Amino acid sequence: MSPAHYWRCLAGIVRREGLRFLNQRGRFIAALVRPLVWLLIFATGFHFVLGVSIIPPYTTYVPYETYIAPGLIGMIQLFQGMQSSLSMVYDREMGSMRTLLVSPLPRWFLLVAKLLAGVIVSVLQAYVFLAIAYFWEIEPPVLGYLAVLPALILSGMMLGALGLLLSSAIRQLENFAGVMNFVIFPMFFASSALYPLWRVKEASLTLYYICQANPFTHAVELIRFALYLEFNAEATAVVIAATLVFMGLAIYGYDPARGLIARRAAA
Amino acid sequence: MSAIDAIPAGTRAAASASNAPALVIEGLSHAFGDREVLHEVRFEIRAGERAILLGLNGAGKTTLFSLVTRLYDHRSGSIRIFGTEVKRDPSAALARIGVVFQQPTLDLDLTVSQNLFYHASLHGIARHIAAERIAHEIERVGLQDRRRDKVRELSGGQRRRVEIARALLHRPKLLLLDEPTVGLDIASRQFLLDHVRRLCREEGLAALWATHLIDEVDADGNVIVLHRGRVLAAGPVAEVMKTASADSMKGAFDALTRERPR
Repeated sequence: MSPAHYWRCLAGIVRREGLRFLNQRGRFIAALVRPLVWLLIFATGFHFVLGVSIIPPYTTYVPYETYIAPGLIGMIQLFQGMQSSLSMVYDREMGSMRTLLVSPLPRWFLLVAKLLAGVIVSVLQAYVFLAIAYFWEIEPPVLGYLAVLPALILSGMMLGALGLLLSSAIRQLENFAGVMNFVIFPMFFASSALYPLWRVKEASLTLYYICQANPFTHAVELIRFALYLEFNAEATAVVIAATLVFMGLAIYGYDPARGLIARRAAA
Repeated sequence: MSAIDAIPAGTRAAASASNAPALVIEGLSHAFGDREVLHEVRFEIRAGERAILLGLNGAGKTTLFSLVTRLYDHRSGSIRIFGTEVKRDPSAALARIGVVFQQPTLDLDLTVSQNLFYHASLHGIARHIAAERIAHEIERVGLQDRRRDKVRELSGGQRRRVEIARALLHRPKLLLLDEPTVGLDIASRQFLLDHVRRLCREEGLAALWATHLIDEVDADGNVIVLHRGRVLAAGPVAEVMKTASADSMKGAFDALTRERPR
């Protein structure tokens, strides 16, 4: 297998993910409507309830809508990561996961390619959201749109890798509601997406520590800082570390010799 | 430098590989937890041979296929594809196998040719070569005018034919089919049987065709009877019938499986 084989395989997996996404318009619209509802209704409602003081990376008081925009981008990527994991489980039942795994290329490469394909879709979604949000006066610096790209790729990888890991480890995700209750909601609410952590700290120290330990918090902060042209070293380090751990475990989970896939097969 | 040294190593390996049987399974056992699903399975298939793996549901056919395609590793025994041990060099082994799975595996929202291009890319085949092969394979299964249609619009039989075309895109030498005719009408089933017979006869492909339908066994072909994870008989149908002292394959199957209650 030469590098050309690897490249063609990666290109094919990305193309398929793109085609699937374009062909499932409902999925695309749902992915956008969800954060927009939060932005247009929830954030407007809370506009006067929650004041956000000047905290980095912001240099002035910011309206609540502006504060939660990075959190909503994180939400888009969280959903996309879980959805691609769900489609993996669904695919495996339908058998198209089997098709992927009979490729002669190494399995870790197939999983990484699958991850990258999902990340590209999630980055596109994030930019469409940012473009719409611009009309609701979420106006980060122009260069911020460029600076956020590596942050979006990193956070997308972390959340996609988590999705892959779940798909290898969970016997059966009965439906999306289960993932919502046990993964998406806890991760989203116990993070800095909706409220700054100093406020959480005033309310409950325990919750504050949980939020700090939540990798999603760091993904959101990474996006937030990058969007305002600042580099958050701590968030970057945590997101990279979490990506490596999740991906390593996912590759272990799909390993033919040791992985969970062999043990689950009996069911 | 002797004459033999002048032959590039790759050619020699290829020559020895072509002499090796398409598939050799020896002493293969596998268990999920305490439950043993395959016990000391042993058989082989040669190039150009179409062998029927006959067994009831739950006999272990799908597990066997999962092991040969290395979805997961077997615990003991060996699986060699043209002389290559699957566990040792899965990449070389998988490159020579084409698979039609029991469950449908096409993307319903993509077109026939998008599905086929996707599969070609998984094998690292360049697009222009893939385009030629897709045109060829899709014509052989008589679906050239459906190439741009979404798979969702195809009938069950047509989807199966696309899956056969797909399994052949990377020019495998061994074709594995796991209950390929389940749910198909008589005409589609006959087409599939004939197509695979032709591939074996004319192109020297080896095929392992798993089924629980006794009438898919060719009278002059080979059969492997798998029952509760054990191979009860393997070889030419006539011999298997003789061993079981039966005058039909059905009789032989009944006799063989009756003798081994467990």
